[in-house]
Amino acid sequence: MTGKTAIVGDGDSIMVFKAAGVDTFPAEDEKKAREVLRKIAKEYQIIFLTENLAEPLQEFLKRFDETAYPVVLSIPTKSGSTGYGVKTLKSAMERALGVDILFHKN
Amino acid sequence: MARLNVNPTRMELKKLKARLSTAVRGHKLLKDKSDEMVRRFTVIIKKAKTLREEVEAGLSEILRQFSIARSVTPAYFAETAFSMPSVAVKAECKTESIMGVDVPKVELIGERRSDGLPYAFSEITGEADYSVSMVSKLLPSMVALAETEKAVRMLADEIERNKRRVNALEYVMIPQLQETIKYIKDKLDENERAAVVRLMKVKSKV
Repeated sequence: MTGKTAIVGDGDSIMVFKAAGVDTFPAEDEKKAREVLRKIAKEYQIIFLTENLAEPLQEFLKRFDETAYPVVLSIPTKSGSTGYGVKTLKSAMERALGVDILFHKN
Repeated sequence: MARLNVNPTRMELKKLKARLSTAVRGHKLLKDKSDEMVRRFTVIIKKAKTLREEVEAGLSEILRQFSIARSVTPAYFAETAFSMPSVAVKAECKTESIMGVDVPKVELIGERRSDGLPYAFSEITGEADYSVSMVSKLLPSMVALAETEKAVRMLADEIERNKRRVNALEYVMIPQLQETIKYIKDKLDENERAAVVRLMKVKSKV
């Protein structure tokens, strides 16, 4: 199956991805992002989402984890990483193993 | 632990014993499965961690450069220059089974030209060229990270579910069955003793 990639985020951060060939969907706040995601989830297999939008939508994004596709990845914005991505990894590890064996120093 | 609500008969005893042996075998299998999943999980999460660090470092740099480029380029030029990509990112999406969990497996396809800039050099600053070509270079890592993180989350869910099953068997099902089996055995023995006593009484009267 051939998949398409998309990025959802605010205008400035995502423009560079457009030039690289990723389809862009501007969304300035979480409400808009939720709408956009709902619309494109069927069509796109890989969706990048900026951290500032992924964090408030955490609960909403859980439903995408039940099937293999679409894959939603949170990426940092131009103001730098908030550590949200590492936090999700950490919480997944704590759920699975009960202890944190990788990220304890942060 | 509460015992099951069954009649203390030989028939039930036989049935329960069969159920108990199935439960014990199932418990052992699930426990082995859980061990193996945890082992795979630790491998995958380590990979996810290194990829995440790489992608975050790369992207922060790219976006910083790009915002510089944006600030020195008139908005009108920037809009037109970046909105016509010369390449489309296509990916081959498959699934791979890790311990019965279908996780995504993505491969980027199509030739990726590092010089695939979609605009003329005269309009746009060097920072933009740099960031666009860096994004193209970073995309495979980003896709790999997307796939790995998804696998981490799916596997974590599955491990959690499996743990619940193991615990339900170990602490509820198996003790319950054992207790019921013991109860039926006691009851049957009691009946047998009662029958013997009855016979002896009858014999002494005759």
